Amino acid sequence: MNFLKPHYSLLLDPFSLFFLCVILLISSVSAVYAYGYVKDEYSPKKTVLAGLLFTAFMLSMAAVVTTGNALVFLVFWEIMSLVSYFLVVFETEQKRSVNAGAIYIIMTHIGTAFIAAAFVLLYKQAGSFDLVAMKTAALTMPPAAKNLIFVFLFIGFGTKAGVVPLHLWLPYAHPQAPSFVSSVMSGVMIKIAIYGLVRFVFFVLGVNALWWGNLVLFFAALSCLVGVIYALMEHDLKKLLAYHSVENIGIILLGVGASMVFIKLNLPVLAVLALSAGLYHLLNHAVFKSLLFLCAGSVYRSTRLRDMEKMGGLIKLMPWTAAFFLFGALAISAIPPLNGFVSEWLTLQAFFAGAMQCPAVGTKAAMGVYAAVLALTGGLAAACFVKAFGITFLAIPRSEDVKKAREAPFSMKAAMAFLALLTLSLGVFAGPVLGVISKVSAFAAGSCGMLVPRADFSSGVYTITPSLSGPAALSPAFLLLLLVTAAGAGAALVFVLARRRKVTAVPTWGCGYYELDARTEYTSTAFSKPFRLAFSFFLMPYRRTEKINESHYHIKSFRYELYNTYIFKRYLYQFGLKMTLRAARSLKRLQAGSIHLYIAYIFLTVLALMIFSGM
Amino acid sequence: MNPSNAALQVLALVIVSPLISGLIRKLKNNLRLRIGPGIFQPYYDIAKLFSKDENISVTASWIFRAAPYVALGSSVAALCLMPAFLPGVSFSAAGDFLAVIFLLSLGRFFLALAGLDAGSSFGGMGSSREMFLSSFVEPAAVLAIFAVSAAAGTTDPAALSLLGAVRPSSVMACGAFFIVLLAETSRLPVDNQETHLELTMIHEAMVLEYSGPSLALIEIAAHVKQVLFMTIAVNVLISPALAASLWPSLALAGPAFFCVKILLACAAVAAVEVSIAKMRLFRAVDFLLFGGLISAVAFILAVTGH
Repeated sequence: MNFLKPHYSLLLDPFSLFFLCVILLISSVSAVYAYGYVKDEYSPKKTVLAGLLFTAFMLSMAAVVTTGNALVFLVFWEIMSLVSYFLVVFETEQKRSVNAGAIYIIMTHIGTAFIAAAFVLLYKQAGSFDLVAMKTAALTMPPAAKNLIFVFLFIGFGTKAGVVPLHLWLPYAHPQAPSFVSSVMSGVMIKIAIYGLVRFVFFVLGVNALWWGNLVLFFAALSCLVGVIYALMEHDLKKLLAYHSVENIGIILLGVGASMVFIKLNLPVLAVLALSAGLYHLLNHAVFKSLLFLCAGSVYRSTRLRDMEKMGGLIKLMPWTAAFFLFGALAISAIPPLNGFVSEWLTLQAFFAGAMQCPAVGTKAAMGVYAAVLALTGGLAAACFVKAFGITFLAIPRSEDVKKAREAPFSMKAAMAFLALLTLSLGVFAGPVLGVISKVSAFAAGSCGMLVPRADFSSGVYTITPSLSGPAALSPAFLLLLLVTAAGAGAALVFVLARRRKVTAVPTWGCGYYELDARTEYTSTAFSKPFRLAFSFFLMPYRRTEKINESHYHIKSFRYELYNTYIFKRYLYQFGLKMTLRAARSLKRLQAGSIHLYIAYIFLTVLALMIFSGM
Repeated sequence: MNPSNAALQVLALVIVSPLISGLIRKLKNNLRLRIGPGIFQPYYDIAKLFSKDENISVTASWIFRAAPYVALGSSVAALCLMPAFLPGVSFSAAGDFLAVIFLLSLGRFFLALAGLDAGSSFGGMGSSREMFLSSFVEPAAVLAIFAVSAAAGTTDPAALSLLGAVRPSSVMACGAFFIVLLAETSRLPVDNQETHLELTMIHEAMVLEYSGPSLALIEIAAHVKQVLFMTIAVNVLISPALAASLWPSLALAGPAFFCVKILLACAAVAAVEVSIAKMRLFRAVDFLLFGGLISAVAFILAVTGH
């Protein structure tokens, strides 16, 4: 039983440190936010509990990324899952918290089971849970075993990351936690799964076959599209953000998967570029998704609402929260000069370089397809955030609760302001950021036994130059300068030509009707209608109509409800659930309740044991 | 890159951009055997709008006021990245061909928000449809960019404008960019600039609440965006370097050649617009997917070396 006395080695290589930085950055900002958030929100005892759980959550994540032993990794992984479960069900008085927690804990344990199985297979070969020993053992492992371990790792970590179709828990669990926890769960926890995947595939197993990368790319592209389409359909603000996490995990995995393909094709610089794009997006997503969740939390705290259809007009009541949300929305929609733009651009560059340099036409074409998927995802995400920002913050309030909204207290504003500033600086100062990240990815790609030349893809503080054969460059700071100059020229034009013109405040044009109220506004459901129809082959929307009768003869009103068919839930999970219940029912016959039967079981067990021990 | 040349190029294009709209309108009218307004009408319109007072809805916020400037900024900044009639001259240190697409989405994002800001359902409908269509334009545009960049091995626009020969992939990419041009400049069969029937307009519905100088800025931004997409479409097919190599002795050959190309593009747009009916919103998606298909073919041709 020597594995029970593990070697508690600390692992602090560049790859771990990068993730440690992301964890500490986001968690500490969320902690500052939480200081303002929990005040008057929970009872004193519960506040203390929240603090304890949050700290434990943060420490367990930090421990996961800094351990050099798979068994210790698994223990902290499990602590992370359990603590985050308690945070998801933190508001236990709500029934949907309990439900979300149940889905979360089941799904996460399915994932953990696969990870544990992969570790046991590795242990069998290596005789130790130490990562270095595992790596040595992996060199002599038969390919079939490696393939099996890879698939187990991908399912296991994919479940935690929320890769489609294993994403089921994510849109339930993330929104249900208090917002400062949602921000850490969406911003950081799902990235720990990416850490695990890259750590065990790149550093331990080594990329063994081309189809590994292609598998990751395929599910990444699927996650992008499914995540963003479901997000468009959502009108629960926090759930919308959670679906965007599925989408962004897809974008991160596009980088990681492309890097695996390039490693196998022995294109070291491209592998570093693709992995850098993925890790850059990982950092960016951590920043802007946390920011968006914190803003949503600020809205929820002041209005008690998560349903966008009841919001509106908040930009006037909560100007700061609105401004910070706008930063997050622009960043996640990959709009220059903010950070999301830089990493999506880098991912596209990686695909372009791949299409140029990969030998097979099939791979070249695949790179084009993934680039097109990324572009489509970007367009849809922009549409979704026009909806999210426009319906939540603009126009006229749609309910009484919204009209009572007040701006968030200082500590919450400070945390959001810091992250908003970060979305801008991670974009404008792309050079040094990419310089650091490319070193981290060169380290990861180099661990696969490749000779990685020095490539930091940046020239100066403001410019990044990923193109290997030509001078393509991107300088978000220069773009910002051009934008400001051009907009300033427009302002000067207005000032010179139209200085004396009057600006009159008038009611919105209502085709002659002047009592327009919130009921005539466009809603979130209406905004997403074209998308619902265009993707109806996937969403399969249906209506439920109900007549509300006053008496037998008179119908007072109709009630329409619109639903989408969530095909993964409906066909994959409900099928699995049905099978499980059926198996449980047939096993139930064993428990007939008769004491004679149980004595017979005991007798049979003893008999069986005697036979086996005699053998 | 020579910054002053590049700045002059951008300035010249911004100044002539309304003329191109006027020219297309004139051509369309003549093709329909009408006389129509003169080709300088867009300038008069802009001048008129600058001299008008402005009405802003009481519901609107600072987003509504800021959006015209952001839209203008994003269009002009995107124009800065692409060489037009001077081969290899642009602000390509700021960004590459792909950045053009991302920059334009900034202006669109703000205009779409402004459409929702006044709380009118026309604005919301316009925003929703504009974002809907543009999200299908983007994959086509990106693939077409990949296709034309494949020959140079880089997405740097200055390097692209120095390529000489016409290839099958660039012909297909030009076709894809033409479809992108129609969609992004709200032309038939995707949208209709001339309509004032609320339910059929997309871009116009989105900016319905605007008036006065703000509307003038939005119109200038739209003209600039149009000239940008025309430049891309014609230069992808026949690069500016070609004219310079044909008549190396003539200094004005490049600009003159560029004018001819733009005139032909105007004629093509006008011909399409008078001969086609507006498509239903969901048919327009098919049209855009067709654009995507063309660009995919262009991409495959390009990476196989054609």
